[in-house]
Amino acid sequence: MQPNVEMPPRTPDANSPALHLQGIGKSFGGSTVLKGIDLSVKQGEFLSLVGMSGCGKSTLLRIIAGLETPDCGSLSIEGRDVTDVDPSDRNLAMVFQSYALYPHMTVRQNIATPLRMRRLSQAARLPVLGRLLGARGPELREIDAAVCAAAEVLQITPLLERRPAQLSGGQRQRVALARALVRDPVAFLMDEPLSNLDAKLRAHMRDELAALHAKLGTTFIYVTHDQIEAMTMSDRIALMEGGTIAQLGTPAQLYETPANLTVARFIGTPQMNLLPVEVDAGGSVNLQGRATGMHTSRSRGPAVLGLRAEDLHPDPEGWGAQVARIEQHGADRFVTLDMPQAEGGRIIMRQYAGAQNAAPGDTMAWSFAHARAHLFDADGNRRALHQRDQVAA
Amino acid sequence: MPRLTRYLPHVILTLGACVMLLPFYWMVLTAIRAPAEIFNISLWPIPETFSAGRNFAKVGERVPMGRFMLNGVIVCGGILLVQVLTAVPAAYALAKLKFPGRNLMLALVIAALCVPMQALALPLFVGLAKAHLLNTYFALMAPFFLSVFAIFLFRQSFRSYPDEIIEAARLDGFSEMEICWGLVLRASLPALAAFAIFSVVAHWNDLYWPLIVVRDTALAPPPLGMLYFSDAESGADYGALMAGATLVTAPMVICFLLARRQFIAGITMTGVK
Amino acid sequence: MSVIDPPLPRTSAVPMSRRTRRMMWRGFLFAAPAMGLLLAIYIIPVLVLAGFSVTDYQLGALSWGFTGFDNFARAFSDPVFLRALGNTALYAALVIPLGVGLALGVALLVHGRKRSRALWEVAYFLPVTSTLVAMATVWQFLLHPSLGPVNAAFRALGLDPVAFLADPHLLIPTMALMGIWQVLGFNMVLFLAGLTAIPKDLLEAARLDGAKSPLDRFLTVTWPMLGPTTMFVLVTTSISAFKVFEQVAVLTKGRQGSETLLYAIYLEGFEYAETGYASALTLIFLALVLIVSIGQTFKLDRKVHY
Repeated sequence: MQPNVEMPPRTPDANSPALHLQGIGKSFGGSTVLKGIDLSVKQGEFLSLVGMSGCGKSTLLRIIAGLETPDCGSLSIEGRDVTDVDPSDRNLAMVFQSYALYPHMTVRQNIATPLRMRRLSQAARLPVLGRLLGARGPELREIDAAVCAAAEVLQITPLLERRPAQLSGGQRQRVALARALVRDPVAFLMDEPLSNLDAKLRAHMRDELAALHAKLGTTFIYVTHDQIEAMTMSDRIALMEGGTIAQLGTPAQLYETPANLTVARFIGTPQMNLLPVEVDAGGSVNLQGRATGMHTSRSRGPAVLGLRAEDLHPDPEGWGAQVARIEQHGADRFVTLDMPQAEGGRIIMRQYAGAQNAAPGDTMAWSFAHARAHLFDADGNRRALHQRDQVAA
Repeated sequence: MPRLTRYLPHVILTLGACVMLLPFYWMVLTAIRAPAEIFNISLWPIPETFSAGRNFAKVGERVPMGRFMLNGVIVCGGILLVQVLTAVPAAYALAKLKFPGRNLMLALVIAALCVPMQALALPLFVGLAKAHLLNTYFALMAPFFLSVFAIFLFRQSFRSYPDEIIEAARLDGFSEMEICWGLVLRASLPALAAFAIFSVVAHWNDLYWPLIVVRDTALAPPPLGMLYFSDAESGADYGALMAGATLVTAPMVICFLLARRQFIAGITMTGVK
Repeated sequence: MSVIDPPLPRTSAVPMSRRTRRMMWRGFLFAAPAMGLLLAIYIIPVLVLAGFSVTDYQLGALSWGFTGFDNFARAFSDPVFLRALGNTALYAALVIPLGVGLALGVALLVHGRKRSRALWEVAYFLPVTSTLVAMATVWQFLLHPSLGPVNAAFRALGLDPVAFLADPHLLIPTMALMGIWQVLGFNMVLFLAGLTAIPKDLLEAARLDGAKSPLDRFLTVTWPMLGPTTMFVLVTTSISAFKVFEQVAVLTKGRQGSETLLYAIYLEGFEYAETGYASALTLIFLALVLIVSIGQTFKLDRKVHY
């Protein structure tokens, strides 16, 4: 295998997934962290594992890396079962939250380490003896070329002789990435790699990571608690909660059709407005005792209506509420309305800045775009929703 | 009055320091004086006849002081080597690896910290006698091969090494031995240096155990050699006796003067646990 | 999350994967050499020691018998051992307060010095690194009734010379003098570390709160903050006092009733080959050391977390 990072992107092979997880379970002490995870990651895909802290996403990544052993289940990489294989033999590269650079090595040595470990024999790696045991010249030259290429990709060539302590957070991040990509792994595993950077740099590195993924075409598995990172970079997102995958899909799928309340709450800023509704015997969805004009085919009882901020609009015929606050965001603004029965006691409406103005304390009547509303049953699962005329037709 | 309070600490410290250093001064002074000046109790630093050569030569005639020093180096070096070789992996395992019996081992190590070596001397002596190993370098070193203090100290130090770097190293293909010695220990070099000093000073100066297991002058480390010498010389030739004492004390004192900070850290490490 | 999780489906009947077992083995192998030595140097000897202590075993003897607690009973009616115990107690009673108190005083004085601190550290710490056997020989000479400068100084001041090493009543105090001399610098450095760790803000706050004199500040801030350090210093000094040996070996070899605990054990165990009896004495010595060090472990646990 060539470590040359300038190599053209791998051709994704649709037949064999890069990674395949089956029934992965793990518990620490008495608490179950993962409850039988099944997941298939395609070749060249950028897959994000997102969720709140404690949802099991980091444990899952560490099991993929081989740093934790699953209690049950199996894991294969490019068709090979690696459940019992040591981390170093899985050909995966990992970028850690703290970057985990070797503090006593220069940047150059840090990036070279994964290759030295693979290319040089145990004897040739010994500090002084290795030099005498010789016959490592050609390998060293190849390694150096690969290091330079990786440094070039990440634009850290001027930093090669520094030590990690002399670098800024963003520079360390790049070195960690260079160390990961220098050896052309099957997949990159990233554990919240941007969480130690400031907001501006984080946005910048998001772009760079996405560009790097496009350039390399290698599989990325990216753990984050930040839904914006997941939404902006991923091909697919696996949203995890309580040791299971709540939904697996493209960012658009998670946003447009959240499979359950967990996903609805997690994806999107501001958070989706959630209002309690009643489904009557005829399947009509009623909000505050008024028919919404929406229908569902399932049985009667309480349910939750989910409405995104951008799908609300002022409507004199709609539901009345008092304006609590108006937040200007430049091109648009968020109008917070008091709705004691809604989750969080309020709903947020997104308006263009040029829209008709209101002031806190005013009463505003609102309604929503029916085609974009979401309905969740008492168990929190998505339910199909129709407009009345569609049902009639 | 303010002047007095300003200088009083210096005056007190100076007087105290004189008492602390008097033995060293007297030792060196006597070692370079002629034996005839033995009744001269003046502290004037320049002897009437400079007899250092004679006194130190006398030490060499009476006892194999060079041999004692060599024994000291061999014993201290051997002990330190085995202590580090056994304590570092154990401390790494206790700090960073999971294995059955880990907590038990940690409890045993902490319990053993409270047991002074002198309390174990009898059974160890009997064991070495039964194995016909008395009067050997091995007997001088064996009881100190394990330093529970080193295990404890290194474990404390290793625990602060970031787990993520160890995991990165495992992914990069480092063997566990390379992680232990090449990465984790490297970050704890100050602790290693301090422990090395602690260990060497303790065993260079130890009398109890050598007195028990060695009857052969050729194997005696410096303190035991010094005891032989002072017993044989009792009162006769103070010049030579002090020359001997100077030789025995000099290596550690010189090391201390050269590496004061590391030395104080090493000796007082017992205070940071 | 629900309190009771559904049982996990297991793909294999073996509770531990091969890799988990491999990792455990690795940890075990890393600890194994030290574990073996721990067994050979600490655990087995302690058990053997306890075994010896209830027998009349003598090294080299062909037969030996079980004697129960006779050795312990004998110890407490043995005038030599009781004298050794008394001597050690006297030695400790001198070395502990003086070795700790003087060290604290010196540390307080040195702590205020900026430029000369290194100099004082060297002067007071030098005895710690020196070989006590050699230095005891030097002390013997210094305190010599006719040849030593100390008595010469006494004579010059018109005082009677003191027979430090001839008067049996002065033997233990003289040994204690050397003990204090050697332990002072060690304790001073520990106190200095403790003093450095006291936040300056605290002393300034005390000053604002009306602690005007240095003594007030010492009593309200410094001394309480030094509590854990003092505790530790007291314990290490006590244990090293119980182990007093070199001075006896050099100065008297236990003559004139100057045996200490460890020297008595040395004589019984290694000079007279009374292994069984010496083991019983060793256990008494060990008990003393453990009482002090275990007390410290508990006290420290409570006190160290301010």
